[in-house]
Amino acid sequence: MSVAEILETMEYGPAPESDRDARAWIKGLGGVTRLFVGGAWKKAAGSESFETVAPATGEVLARVAQATAADVDAAVKAAARAQPAWAALPGHERAKYLYALARLIQRHSRLFAVVEAMENGKPIRETRDIDIPLVARHFYHHAGWAQLMDAELADREALGVCGQIIPWNFPLLMLAWKIAPAIALGNTVVLKPAEFTSLTALLFAEMCGKAGLPAGVVNIVTGDGRTGEAIVAHPGIAKIAFTGSTEVGRKIREATAGSGKSLTLELGGKSPFIVFDDADLDAAVEGVVDAIWLNQGQVCCAGSRLLVQESIHERFVAKLTARMETLRLGDPLDKAIDMGAIVHPVQLKRIRDLVDAGLKEGATLHQPRAAVPGAGCFYPPTLLTGVQPASTVARVEIFGPVIVAMTFRTPAEAVELANNTEYGLAASVWSETLSLALDIAPKLKCGVVWVNGTNMFDAGVGFGGYKESGFGREGGREGLAAYSKPRWLRTAKAIAEKPMPKASGETLPVSAIDRTAKLYIGGKQARPDGGYSRAVLSPSGALVGEVGEGNRKDIRNAVEAARKAAGWATQSEHGRAQILYYIAENLQARAGEFAARLSAMTGRRRGDAEREVALSVSRLFTYGAWADKHDGAVHKPPLRGVALAMNEPVGILAIACPDDPGLLGFVSTVAPAIAMGNRVVVVPSASQALAVTDFYQVLETSDLPGGVVNIVTGDRDGLALELARHDAVDGIWWFGNAATAGKIEKASAGNLKQVWAEAVARNWRAAAQGEGREFLARATQVKNIWIPYGE
Amino acid sequence: MREASESHAAGAPAGPSVRRRSDNLLRPHNPGVPFVLDPVEAVRINLSAAERRVATLAGRRTVKKDWQAAWLVRAIECIDLTTLAGDDTEGRVRRLCAKARQPLRPDLQAALGLADRRVTTGAVCVYHRFVAAAVDALAGSGIPVAAVSTGFPAGLSPLATRLKEIEMSVADGATEIDIVITREHVLTGNWRALHDEVKACKEACGPAHMKTILATGDLQTLRNVARASWVAMMAGSDFIKTSTGKEGINATLPVTLVMIRAIRDYREMTGNVVGYKPAGGISTAKDALAYLALMKEELGNDWLQPNLFRFGASSLLADIERQLEHHVTGRYAEFSHHAMA
Repeated sequence: MSVAEILETMEYGPAPESDRDARAWIKGLGGVTRLFVGGAWKKAAGSESFETVAPATGEVLARVAQATAADVDAAVKAAARAQPAWAALPGHERAKYLYALARLIQRHSRLFAVVEAMENGKPIRETRDIDIPLVARHFYHHAGWAQLMDAELADREALGVCGQIIPWNFPLLMLAWKIAPAIALGNTVVLKPAEFTSLTALLFAEMCGKAGLPAGVVNIVTGDGRTGEAIVAHPGIAKIAFTGSTEVGRKIREATAGSGKSLTLELGGKSPFIVFDDADLDAAVEGVVDAIWLNQGQVCCAGSRLLVQESIHERFVAKLTARMETLRLGDPLDKAIDMGAIVHPVQLKRIRDLVDAGLKEGATLHQPRAAVPGAGCFYPPTLLTGVQPASTVARVEIFGPVIVAMTFRTPAEAVELANNTEYGLAASVWSETLSLALDIAPKLKCGVVWVNGTNMFDAGVGFGGYKESGFGREGGREGLAAYSKPRWLRTAKAIAEKPMPKASGETLPVSAIDRTAKLYIGGKQARPDGGYSRAVLSPSGALVGEVGEGNRKDIRNAVEAARKAAGWATQSEHGRAQILYYIAENLQARAGEFAARLSAMTGRRRGDAEREVALSVSRLFTYGAWADKHDGAVHKPPLRGVALAMNEPVGILAIACPDDPGLLGFVSTVAPAIAMGNRVVVVPSASQALAVTDFYQVLETSDLPGGVVNIVTGDRDGLALELARHDAVDGIWWFGNAATAGKIEKASAGNLKQVWAEAVARNWRAAAQGEGREFLARATQVKNIWIPYGE
Repeated sequence: MREASESHAAGAPAGPSVRRRSDNLLRPHNPGVPFVLDPVEAVRINLSAAERRVATLAGRRTVKKDWQAAWLVRAIECIDLTTLAGDDTEGRVRRLCAKARQPLRPDLQAALGLADRRVTTGAVCVYHRFVAAAVDALAGSGIPVAAVSTGFPAGLSPLATRLKEIEMSVADGATEIDIVITREHVLTGNWRALHDEVKACKEACGPAHMKTILATGDLQTLRNVARASWVAMMAGSDFIKTSTGKEGINATLPVTLVMIRAIRDYREMTGNVVGYKPAGGISTAKDALAYLALMKEELGNDWLQPNLFRFGASSLLADIERQLEHHVTGRYAEFSHHAMA
């Protein structure tokens, strides 16, 4: 086309990024790629390999090795050999390596950007301007945590070898999110990149070599799901970190159950994009572009449900459809395109099928008139209107460039619709009224909220989900917990649960008048549904009393009562503190009675029981104190604005208390949970249940709203499992035998609730183990609210 | 690239102009609308989002090779070649006019395959005092003369004086009048007064096209910019323009984004078509391409031609010429190789 002709059309024309260096590098990989194990490049043990393809053209870029279980084993062993020395290095030494990696990534940034765009199909603009800079930033930020670990995480240490499995949508960024915090804190890693996108992980491995990273600290094994399974199953791995689909996340949750591996999952989403009538509508339209057409919508936190206030819906859709006309699809290496290719034909088919399903269910299709490139794996930007919350496309994660629009009438309805999903990853709120936006943000059940923005990320700001979008945070101080553990755990012994004593037929009279210990549900003492009781025996087998035998219907009722007590979460922290102090006061008033009960049930000396009661009172004070002090943080990401890291309650927590100590174990677990605003369903100690049933009256006289604490006595293992299976329970704590811990982890996969299943003997009387920040962190989840500002 | 140009030159229609679509070009059309406060009060502008839009656009859109050359030629055609200095003289203005007639060195124009095209700047922009000289110097060229005629740059002389100045400029042959608004009306929220003032100017302009300078640097916030844009358009402005070039901050991309979105919304509401002119501080070819890309994205190709888009600039042309020379020769250029304005 001549200059004169272009002057008529004023088109953009091609603007290709050179792929010369990238192709030369790929060519240098040889016939089949190798694995990076123990600091060296090794051939995979098996002969299997697979093609990696440029989705924009269908061109085969390279053959990638399929790592076998033997390869994974070798990688884990290399990582295990390297780990003690790596963790023992002074933080400053580890910091220097992470700093070097950050610098190396910057020095080779264009090569990374081009290879990633070729293999993934995303536009070079994104890899160059978003992905790679964020990767470098992640290593810089975590170089800092390596430097500060000794001072800031003095009582914590590395987990060991971490198995990390990452997705194809942000290949290098997800690698950075996994590797940087892990190695910063002294862990070593075995990472598997996604099958569709292995190349930049191999390039990163080269950088590890250049940085002189000690052999075995980072190991990269390529392969499909089988390689991932081998990592998940490997007994030498202490922790699995997974980012990917909720479906696979659920399988990993089941597979790791009972293995003792810790687990963080960053899974799918169906994130709401909420536009109020007082928003800057043009800004919000651009927001939609960044929300759902970034990376062709293949983003776990993509704003894929457009919720627009009814009064502006028509105007907003008109603006949005007009904007869609100017989006440019094409060659990922063209510097002037907005959308590249879908990663793989499998994904393209899934998108097509889901959109077809949406249309069958009555949705209206909006796509720009411009033609989609004929060859290659492309799908146009798509808006579906006329979608109802019940539609498939409104519920299922499409993972493509498709946004579905719905309307709301009021802020309350917006929140209700936004939360009407099993997911809870992110949300975007558009309003120029600060008081409205900041009212909505905390009400959204998700880990990230962007106010007048979308898809913003920073290494210093935690990212992660609520509900079935997973658990754990990546980035920021809140992300460090996922790669460290309390030091004392290293020497902790497995918990030893005593068998129930045999009933001797004797009765130990405690009070003159018979008392019936019922269940405690919704603030009332309730008879167990089944109408059975179980004995609480002294160590010698004498009958101390009887408690209700709770069953699954009682669990159902207790969870329902907890659900209704939602107001507790928004009760002022001062108010919650007052109630915890009041509970302490009322327990103190009956200290003698409790000590006698404990003494009778445990056979311990009266003085010992009195100490347990006194400690319990003190612990209630501890959490009364903490109730208004577990502050969040104000992050300062690189923008004019702030990100508020708010500690929010998990929701409805199920707590299976340690069997011993009966009273202190109950107080030590329930008090932090309710102090942080959770509602709890508690299964108390079985052998010392009367200490807790006696507690009903303490609760009743302490102004605690009904439903905040619900207690079901009975078979502790069975009831805990019932709670683990309950989908309205958001988290479960189990302190007891390892076998049940494993079953609980497995059962929790249903709604991917957060599990803290601990099968080690914790010294509940010692403050270092029995109280403090660890409990607060478990009782909360961090929500980051991004607030860019400026006039 | 030169091959492509030559092949075009062979097939180009004969004649002095190849602006083939000129008859279909969208022109400003804005009789104004009765003053209402609603659109002014409905303005919602998010600064961070505006900044993000323009910042990411720089990475999303680029033109290379022949496309870049064509876009730069178009940029030249959209320049209001301007001199607004206290030491202006008739001689200086005549030199500027000569540059406006032939902004691009003939050999470069030919090498771009545009020998047959009449490439000129969009207009010449001067103080009232030099309108007559400019009209004379541009006689027969078709290049309009724009005058800044309302107590430029502060606009604080009496309204009657300003209106008289407009009438005199039009009488001297200016076909475009760049007025400045009373910033006080914006800063105090006196929208009715602003509207009445601009409307009076429009009436004084008669057949001349009126460009209303908001002096956005003085208005400070994007919210003020958007509100003032609305009022200026409701009062009948044919163009809205950012700056006099004399404020602390002149044209910026975020300000542009807000003003051109107002143009879009105003057209949607009234059907009236308003042009846009960023002025001040746009001095490089790269800047010019960024503005053109933003216009194309937000308003479409109709706003990529001088009827609806102008750059108010003095030094921009020199940089564009050098870029085009580089495009043609592959060598970086020297200023003295191009005629000065």
